Amino acid sequence: MLKGRSGLQRCDFLDVDLDTYVGRVSGLEDLPVRADLAAYDCRNNRLAQLGLAQDNFTEAVAAARQRYGRERIGVFLGTSTSGILDTELAYRHRDPKTGALPESFNYAGSHSCYSVADFVQRVLDLAGPAMVVSTACSSSAKVFGSAARMIQAGLCDAAIVGGVDSLCLTTLYGFNSLGLVSSRPCRPFDTERDGISIGEAAGFVLLEKTSALMNSPLAVPDAVMLLGVGESSDAYHMSSPHPEGAGARLAIQAALQAAGLTPGDIDYINLHGTGTKANDAAEDKAVFNTFGGNTPCSSTKGATGHLLGAAGVTEAIISALCIQHGFMPGGLNTEHIDPTLKSAYLLKNKQQTLNFVLSNSLGFGGSNCSLVFGRMLKRAER
Amino acid sequence: MKVFVEGVGIVGPGLNGWQASQPVLTGAAPYIDASVVIPPGDLLPPAERRRTGLPVKVSLAVGLEAIVNAQRNAAELPAIFASSAGDGENMHCIFEMLANNGREVSPTRFHNSVHNAPSGYWSIATKSMEPSTSLACYDESFVAGLIEAATQTLASGNAVVLIAYDATYPLPLHAARPISATFGVALVLAGKKTNRSLAELEIGISRKSNASTSVANAELEAMRIGTPAARSLPLLAALATLTSEKTQTQDKIIPDRIYFDYIAGNQLDVVVRPC
Repeated sequence: MLKGRSGLQRCDFLDVDLDTYVGRVSGLEDLPVRADLAAYDCRNNRLAQLGLAQDNFTEAVAAARQRYGRERIGVFLGTSTSGILDTELAYRHRDPKTGALPESFNYAGSHSCYSVADFVQRVLDLAGPAMVVSTACSSSAKVFGSAARMIQAGLCDAAIVGGVDSLCLTTLYGFNSLGLVSSRPCRPFDTERDGISIGEAAGFVLLEKTSALMNSPLAVPDAVMLLGVGESSDAYHMSSPHPEGAGARLAIQAALQAAGLTPGDIDYINLHGTGTKANDAAEDKAVFNTFGGNTPCSSTKGATGHLLGAAGVTEAIISALCIQHGFMPGGLNTEHIDPTLKSAYLLKNKQQTLNFVLSNSLGFGGSNCSLVFGRMLKRAER
Repeated sequence: MKVFVEGVGIVGPGLNGWQASQPVLTGAAPYIDASVVIPPGDLLPPAERRRTGLPVKVSLAVGLEAIVNAQRNAAELPAIFASSAGDGENMHCIFEMLANNGREVSPTRFHNSVHNAPSGYWSIATKSMEPSTSLACYDESFVAGLIEAATQTLASGNAVVLIAYDATYPLPLHAARPISATFGVALVLAGKKTNRSLAELEIGISRKSNASTSVANAELEAMRIGTPAARSLPLLAALATLTSEKTQTQDKIIPDRIYFDYIAGNQLDVVVRPC
């Protein structure tokens, strides 16, 4: 992101014949899940396993397990399509006489919506509450809300929150049927924007009780806090956003209220910014009507593609990195900002101290979620 | 966690609404197996309703019933949808289309394929802009939904509606995931006792030390075991017993403690008390 590089490439996924770009994680084909959990082997869980192995995350969870106990750590993950790629491929190999799926097909370990949380809970040797939230593209933002409420209710002391979504035919051909897939790397907020690029990702965050963090050596100045979660519904249409961004605006306002902040406190907004005509126009209205035209904002989907059920957590992690590194990412691929969009869209990276960042996630079915993150010490001063 | 039940909705084979199902659940009336009958809802315009699958129709029907019974306004309640799986019929059609060379997926089939399709239609139908979530926890999806609903109402102070549903899969998916019945249940839950409250639920998670509570009728018990949303049946039976006229005249009602299997070696125990 610092170097302005995009992970999008021409679609070479399986035998997909669409003229589009994807963010594909390479090498998953050769990375089966560990042997004792072979029943969970599918592309989505392979991606989850790869994600868990990054950035010493598994080690950090092991330390948390020592502190709290395995029953006191929850697992709340988002996904939109789980491991349905396995089912899609199994349908190519049905018994010609009976129509049966191949015997190797394992529903619970792949297709099942809950599969990824079940798998991650086992990989991390945890035994607290767990579930999958599947609200399309807001899934892995909404898990932050569930986790915070679970911790607040005393059902756990810490939580693994995140999301995993992997490439599959249903989403590629489905978004294509809606005319929402771009033939170029997506260009959020551009005059010529013409759709999304679909990507895949696994992202995980270890969320802990504030009280525990304040008294621990982890209370370092660059620790980032989840300050507010705001959720709403559009009540408008299954696959188009409310044209005025009314639902998105409600989610933003609810997140600010939960954080005890005003619009002027937010230093940077990581937009949902998918690169479709409708999303960017609606989200721009929601942002402009709440913040005015001066708060810097951008979409990072030009770099990552639209990660669907993993978009929320990926952009939450980006928001946290922005705070820690005093950095705002310019939106990639965008050349000419649509003059009808009034928000302060960034095209170039910018270094600046950030105290409070807001991240938007807006999904099919009109499911909206905004998250506010902030610097721990800044929050304590207020 | 303590929450209060204000309204119940139910649809399942031989279970046609809360009013008619209570005597069946208490054992006062016989259970008669019959095809699922979904009351024709007037929430969605006919054109929109035709596009929806069974899970959407079931969820809207039970959600509306619970909210009417609770005398609440649907537009004011956050909604929690819990299901082990999505719309199997719809997914089956998509998988067949994708296995063919043309790979044409209809836009309606695609937007109906998301796990939160019932939630999306619900918010459109009820004009509710309140938060709505859609979750899954395999066979324990109802339990996960109950936990999410309880934490939401306690965190926000607002009443919420929990809608749990599952629909049978067509073949060949049914062979891999044999959900035995199409079943929906809805509970309006609130964090405070009001004159609407039917019962108090005290909910806790603990390490598993009890067998899950069963229901007396063998056919209903088979439904409970075979259908994730029907794991709610022991709770519904306890609520039906509690609110039936017979027990209301008794001076003292012994609280009912129900154990649900939960994930990772845990159980959920729910004490049901009269209000």
